[in-house]
Amino acid sequence: MVSWRALFIREMRLAVRVGGGALMGVLFFLIVVTVFPFAIGPDLNLLSRIGPAILWIGALLSTLLGLDRLFEADKEDGALDLLVASGHPLELVVVIKTLAHWTTTGLPLVLAAPFFSLFLAMTPASIGATMLTLLVGTPALTFLGVIGSGLTVSLRRGGLLVPILILPFAVPVLIFGVSASNAVAFDPAAFRTPFLLLAAVSLVAAVISPIATAAALRNGLD
Amino acid sequence: MSGLTVDRGGRRVLENISFALEPGQALLLTGPNGVGKSTLIRSLIGAVHRSEGTVTLAGPGIEEPDDVARHCHYLGHRDAIKTALSVRENLAFWQDFLGRGHGTSVAEALAAVDLADLADLPAAYLSAGQRRRLAIARLVAVGKPIWLLDEPTAALDRQSEARLVALIAEHVARGGSMLAATHLAINLPTARSLRLSPVDHHLEAEW
Repeated sequence: MVSWRALFIREMRLAVRVGGGALMGVLFFLIVVTVFPFAIGPDLNLLSRIGPAILWIGALLSTLLGLDRLFEADKEDGALDLLVASGHPLELVVVIKTLAHWTTTGLPLVLAAPFFSLFLAMTPASIGATMLTLLVGTPALTFLGVIGSGLTVSLRRGGLLVPILILPFAVPVLIFGVSASNAVAFDPAAFRTPFLLLAAVSLVAAVISPIATAAALRNGLD
Repeated sequence: MSGLTVDRGGRRVLENISFALEPGQALLLTGPNGVGKSTLIRSLIGAVHRSEGTVTLAGPGIEEPDDVARHCHYLGHRDAIKTALSVRENLAFWQDFLGRGHGTSVAEALAAVDLADLADLPAAYLSAGQRRRLAIARLVAVGKPIWLLDEPTAALDRQSEARLVALIAEHVARGGSMLAATHLAINLPTARSLRLSPVDHHLEAEW
């Protein structure tokens, strides 16, 4: 237990200190969300209709872009050797690192979403629904992205490869997330099904990702 | 360890290597560059895939003889130091994560490598030799019975080298074992030297 708490705290510290990625995700999210109104123009109806989709695209991109350094940094300084050879299950190491990463990059996106949605003229109900779907859906994005991060660990400049590898698997998350968010504004009865599917994708990703990532890391060490 | 064979990139690096490491013994691995010293050490902790051969532990209290990495502490070319964390945070993390065993406290380990004054400094400001000393402090603070050292004296000055030899002697005297790829002269009664021969990837014992 001490080991896992120590690893979690270390990951959090690294994320919030100089060179960490905690703030970068939110800033990228802000960039994506703010350029849309400028591009679309002052059509408030249109903006509020596509608002949830814009927030989801922003969350998707900033989650995937922030993942390239998750294992690469540990590989470069030799810490990965020690993490693998520690005698602890590597799958659990991956879970803890993923949870810490989501807490520092995914959770801020969820918390920032209501503020950024002001740019998009969204209704309170729609804002609440989007926040809820992001809260349930961003763990799926992080868990899926971690697999890509593990696969590219031995590649220099593997950063852009992660989104390319993972995007096809992230598309269902995007579809269910946006359709559940939109349902609240247009057809409240249609909220339940996509929302439950979104939760299911998150849970499945949380199970598969640590196993796949640990296997990728073991192969990538050589 | 028996019959270890390792292939890397389609090339046979090590072939049919066997040796035993006893408690309280220091084994020094020598040989020219590229002969496979680092590969041998990394294959022990599972960081390099073994094509053939087995590594097993034997002794009282060992329940899983194949779980070698748990009892080893690997100190490689890279120091596993996070520059954003302070010296103390770096060391405390590894002690908490790897387990303290019979290791010393963080403060004692830093004192043992003469880094106590720099404990609160971010590790980014350490010199190469100081980073190395911090990595050596990790060996002391995390008390694992088997030390696997790969060129531990790189970047160390003479005084730090002597300090490392003293730490190794203390570790060995307490019944720990060590396997090191180094040309450092370690003057211990139990020290044995193994030479990896580049010709047929064989291991020759050199006493």
